[in-house]
Amino acid sequence: MDLNEFFRMGGYAGYVWTSYGLTALVLLLNWSAARRCESQEQDSARRRSGTD
Amino acid sequence: MRRAATTAAANLVFRRDLTLAWRRWDEVAQPLIFYVVVTTLFPLATTPDLSQLRVISGGVVWVAALLASLLALESLFRSDVEDGTMEQWVLSGQPLGWLLLAKVASHWVLTGLPLVIMSPVVGTALGLPFDAWGALVASLLLGTATLSILGGIGAALTVGVRRGSVLLSLLVLPLAMPLLIFGSRAVGMAMDGESPAGPLQLLAAIFFLTLSLGPLAMSAAIRISVEN
Amino acid sequence: MWLWFHKFASPPHAYRLLGTLAPWFGWPALATILLATWWGLVKAPADYQQGDAFRILYVHAPSAWMSMFIYVVMAIAAAVGLIWRIKLAHAAAAAAAPIGASFTFLALATGSIWGKPMWGTWWVWDARLTSELILLFLYLGYMALRSSFDDPQRADRASAVLAIVGVINVPIIHYSVEWWTTLHQPASVTKIDKPSIAIAMLYPLFIMILGFQLYFGWAISRRLRGEILRRERNASWLKEGR
Repeated sequence: MDLNEFFRMGGYAGYVWTSYGLTALVLLLNWSAARRCESQEQDSARRRSGTD
Repeated sequence: MRRAATTAAANLVFRRDLTLAWRRWDEVAQPLIFYVVVTTLFPLATTPDLSQLRVISGGVVWVAALLASLLALESLFRSDVEDGTMEQWVLSGQPLGWLLLAKVASHWVLTGLPLVIMSPVVGTALGLPFDAWGALVASLLLGTATLSILGGIGAALTVGVRRGSVLLSLLVLPLAMPLLIFGSRAVGMAMDGESPAGPLQLLAAIFFLTLSLGPLAMSAAIRISVEN
Repeated sequence: MWLWFHKFASPPHAYRLLGTLAPWFGWPALATILLATWWGLVKAPADYQQGDAFRILYVHAPSAWMSMFIYVVMAIAAAVGLIWRIKLAHAAAAAAAPIGASFTFLALATGSIWGKPMWGTWWVWDARLTSELILLFLYLGYMALRSSFDDPQRADRASAVLAIVGVINVPIIHYSVEWWTTLHQPASVTKIDKPSIAIAMLYPLFIMILGFQLYFGWAISRRLRGEILRRERNASWLKEGR
């Protein structure tokens, strides 16, 4: 399949790519938020046990 | 013997609240006035033409009733929690759900019922035809009663929260949307000459479901809010 | 069996277990989602009526599914926490909420975007989208109630009551909205007789749902670990080192 044809998505490029892009964004944001949630707490726990 | 005590206690609560409200009449009148004011907003915002207003009249009356009820619900448990009465009730050994239901019932008589009575007047001002009065009153009767219990759950959850009135509305409104859908649709169907029995029956079903499960949720919520 | 359950529910054990489990969710999630994306964008044929715009289904429907699935999980966790007083369950509900809300937002956004080529407008008040919107309100209300309490125990238990009330209402809300309008395409995936979409076009949908589920498993494991650490702040097992 021609790559240009693929990106055009039969004329619906804007809709399809925005949707998939939003999906990727939401998944990425949740990914980084989940990691941050865990590591922030790990850091503060480490700090607290260090000052004992 | 225990059952008689509970009924007596519930009765006492009911009558006490009505008596207290009698002395603070303006507090009771405020939701009603709000109701009329909000309803007035819609023609001002759209058109004075009654034939156009008629189309949305059922919905507008319902939304105004919803908002006015929510406004009144915020203070449902507040004073009793603040002065320690609620704690007494929790500790009293009486089934808390019944006492809370009695409180909700008196609250409905003071706020919900006036709205229902006022609704044909307000509806007519928006072009609602006489044929739809029955559906309007019936749907609001069931709807405001259900809303009082739902609002009671919300009020119990937010009673300790600072400026909890907006939060209360946020919590209760999504739960009240089915009521709004069925209620205003019943009025709409009556206006179109169809029988509103379907949505009215659904409203009744929701009311009975809420009546049976609501007090359980309310007492759980009150215990959480009051216990230390 | 109960002994195992209580052992699992103990914070240090849960913390370790979730840490081990997370990559077993995470990597398969990534692989599955990529596979589903490729399948949906490349391999699957375009729809006869909607053309390539149809491919939006492969992210919209799984998001909608997850939004509802997570809400139910959240409500069950909250109920477990409330009834059996298991703090870990409350923590799980708290961890699940933002993930569920994100999927709800995504379902709404992709549904709205898909609506433009399908129905010509950016928004329609059809049953599915309206239900998703109300679900978003329920999520937001839950998170708002949680954050309005200073006392974490009170926050846990009050929001648990709300979640349970909410989940009981969800079928009522669904039914009422459904009754209110029927513009959206009927549930073509779950129709009992011949589905109106060819099976070949459904594979990426199911794979994506699997991918999202695995993703949820990973995300909630990580978040729950963070929650556990925060709640167990002063516990001895933490001070002794992990």
